[in-house]
Amino acid sequence: MNLTSYVQERQLTIALSGEIDHHCAREIMETITDKVDVYMPLRCILDFRDVRFMDSSGIAVVLHTLRRMNTLQGKLILQNIPAQPYKVLKAAGIEKITDIKEECTK
Amino acid sequence: MKGENYMDLEFPSKSSNEAFARAAIACFAAQLDPTLDELGDIKTSVSEAVTNCIVHAYPEQIGPVILKARILPDRVLDITVKDRGVGIADIEQARKPMFTTGGEDRSGMGITIMESFMTEFRISSTPGKGTTVHMKRKIVQRGGKK
Repeated sequence: MNLTSYVQERQLTIALSGEIDHHCAREIMETITDKVDVYMPLRCILDFRDVRFMDSSGIAVVLHTLRRMNTLQGKLILQNIPAQPYKVLKAAGIEKITDIKEECTK
Repeated sequence: MKGENYMDLEFPSKSSNEAFARAAIACFAAQLDPTLDELGDIKTSVSEAVTNCIVHAYPEQIGPVILKARILPDRVLDITVKDRGVGIADIEQARKPMFTTGGEDRSGMGITIMESFMTEFRISSTPGKGTTVHMKRKIVQRGGKK
């Protein structure tokens, strides 16, 4: 999976897109891990703006990234989360263990 | 009132069929004119049920997944997802949030999400025979002319 990302002052932003389900989750996790291991960011931002659908596989992606950032003593931030993925993340209480900013209403 | 309608689908437990199952249920549900929120809940729940068949019911092989949907009176969408896989030995344990036997790429939240996103949720399983998930979702009648 080709995820767009950019790095600025040890802040890594990764833009997720499309539909996140079991079919593609492992590949997304591996891509994120590769990027985190290369850039060793202090802050990792996952941007959900272009995510059209997400099921509980996306929760595993977030938890996987969170564990990776915790080992680096870095921070994970989720942003621009559309309503459907937000509802799924909320069902798992993700908002209690990560920083969420600018969630969308649609 | 619209007459009852139904659909039956069977497809192999390939992960590429998760998106197909979601698209199929979304198209079928469209006749009830659901909101985006309702449609999101239905697609998510079907995605969880079908993923469970793929990951858990047939861990080592490909097997059939049966997706059935019916429109019941009072705008109730009735969905059944069935497999003929390994079954679940301990359903109570499987229902617990964050419990999974699926490894690091699973969150253990699938059943919890189906339970909270649907109006009704039932699961029955026989080890060695397979698992059936049965769920219902009432679609709220929206205002305006029909």
